[in-house]
Amino acid sequence: MTVALENTTTTIHGDRVSLLRVLGPAHVWALGVGIVLVGEFTGWNFSADKGGALAALIVCWIVGLLYTSVAMIDSEVTSTVAAAGGQYAQAKHIVGPLMAFNVALFLVFAYTMLEVSDAILLGDTIVAKAGVEGLTHNSFIAATIVVLAWLNYRGVLMTLNVNFVITAIAYVSIVILFFSVSPWTQGAVLKLNELVTPGNALPYGWIGVIAAFQFGIWYYLGIEGTTQAAEEVRSPARSLPYGTMAGMITLLIAAAMTWYVCASLMPWEYLGITYYPLWDAGKLTGSPLLENLLFVATLLAALASANGCINDAARAWFSLGRDRYLPSWFSAVHPKYRTPYRSILFLLPIALAFAFIADLNQAITFSILSGVLQYTFMSINIMMFRKKWPLGSIRRGYTHPFHPLPAIVLFCLCVVTFFAIFLGFGSQLIAMTIFYFLISVWFHFYRYKFVRRGDQFTMPWPKPQGY
Amino acid sequence: MPRYTPPEQSKAGQVFDIAVVVVAIFVALWLPLKMGLAGAAKSIDALDAKTWEALGQNPTMASIWEKLGYTPETAHDIIQNRFHYIIDWPTLIIMAAVLIGYFVFLFRASDREYRDVIKEKFDDK
Repeated sequence: MTVALENTTTTIHGDRVSLLRVLGPAHVWALGVGIVLVGEFTGWNFSADKGGALAALIVCWIVGLLYTSVAMIDSEVTSTVAAAGGQYAQAKHIVGPLMAFNVALFLVFAYTMLEVSDAILLGDTIVAKAGVEGLTHNSFIAATIVVLAWLNYRGVLMTLNVNFVITAIAYVSIVILFFSVSPWTQGAVLKLNELVTPGNALPYGWIGVIAAFQFGIWYYLGIEGTTQAAEEVRSPARSLPYGTMAGMITLLIAAAMTWYVCASLMPWEYLGITYYPLWDAGKLTGSPLLENLLFVATLLAALASANGCINDAARAWFSLGRDRYLPSWFSAVHPKYRTPYRSILFLLPIALAFAFIADLNQAITFSILSGVLQYTFMSINIMMFRKKWPLGSIRRGYTHPFHPLPAIVLFCLCVVTFFAIFLGFGSQLIAMTIFYFLISVWFHFYRYKFVRRGDQFTMPWPKPQGY
Repeated sequence: MPRYTPPEQSKAGQVFDIAVVVVAIFVALWLPLKMGLAGAAKSIDALDAKTWEALGQNPTMASIWEKLGYTPETAHDIIQNRFHYIIDWPTLIIMAAVLIGYFVFLFRASDREYRDVIKEKFDDK
């Protein structure tokens, strides 16, 4: 079999091979919720560390508003710009090449570091459960990343079918835990009144609430990843908004249940530092069945998230190669499995390396930083989209209501979150932003000369207004 | 406007570009770890009396800590390890300037590139 690589797709015996359109709304839901649900099993609780238990609840709701805005905005733009790379393709058509390059890097960093966090969580959870002296998490981390990369290499349909099943099991475990602890009764199992008191609800005051925004992002980070599947969904205009919105509703319910059970079972100081809040909640109920269920669910949620992250990061990287923003070698599609296999393989050692040098807290922060930079872009992007192509000028699969309110809310919440990251993690934010600035200079003044100009604009739209 | 034809990049050039990106990724993510810039800015407010009461834990909280395998001594460093939210204005201003400067550069440079894309896409027809 001869395989000739073009800059856009793989060609086999003269036939162009592209990604397969095999996914439906359930797969979109599985991709989005699968990536995010691990946030309920670890990560969100660090917001209690930064601001107390009540702060974690407040940010759960307010950050939920941020992500509802993200989902609304994303659904409109993606149902119109249905291309692999998601927000990258949006940026390329609406803002410009340099922004697209940056957005793709945000995506790759956010998802790769999330994948790293998932693998660390999975390894640490197994080690904690085994309780064997000298057992380290390294082999579990390596096995997780390699096996999931192989699964992604073999095909998107199988990958997301697996994700749908394990995400559903992990989600059901939260529901089972919630109803098992008699949530309508305080005092028997749950002791919210005694654990979250007027004296400790907001130990740092309102500045702690703002600081808690940073890890509040973790309740929902990654739901926007649904758009990465745009080129592999049978009906993007219908499936993407439906799958994303359904995913967001699912997550809001899961986040509220998770906070209520965990804050009612453990002191905020412990809740803020544990790596396994839901598994610990299972233990504290005193039921071995719940404890084991939540242990398995923690592993499944980590697997589902890492699986979806490999899928999304590889597609963002693939898109960079396809447009020659990076060498076009990355844009190859596997002739048999129809996956962006070179991108999957290229990102594998990077994920492995960081899984061994970063700890969970740091990997999560790296991921959050890239995510918030991306959301800031999205709030401006939708304004530009509506201005360049007003309603009625092009066919939109979905039009989000109340524009520009969601964009303004999103932008304001991003500013607050940047301030929250500054409170405790400011140096890391500055270092990351300087990196993005320097790599942008490299792209603008050097790499961009290898990019074809007009070919980047692939949508069948009229000329944008104002140009 | 004449259609822009990008130069062909040699294989060595492509490999070099990949290496640049990989090195940049590692420097951006690894250097903050190495320099101790990553991670939370917390410190322990040590207490002399290590009792549940002194640590601000009521009987319910104390019973949960004990269920989790902690004593007042072992829980002390967890409970007293706190953030100290003092706004360092010079750092905040630097952070804001870096972020704003980055986004301004991003949008302005993107717009320049975008105008070429649109011109070639729509004006050549």
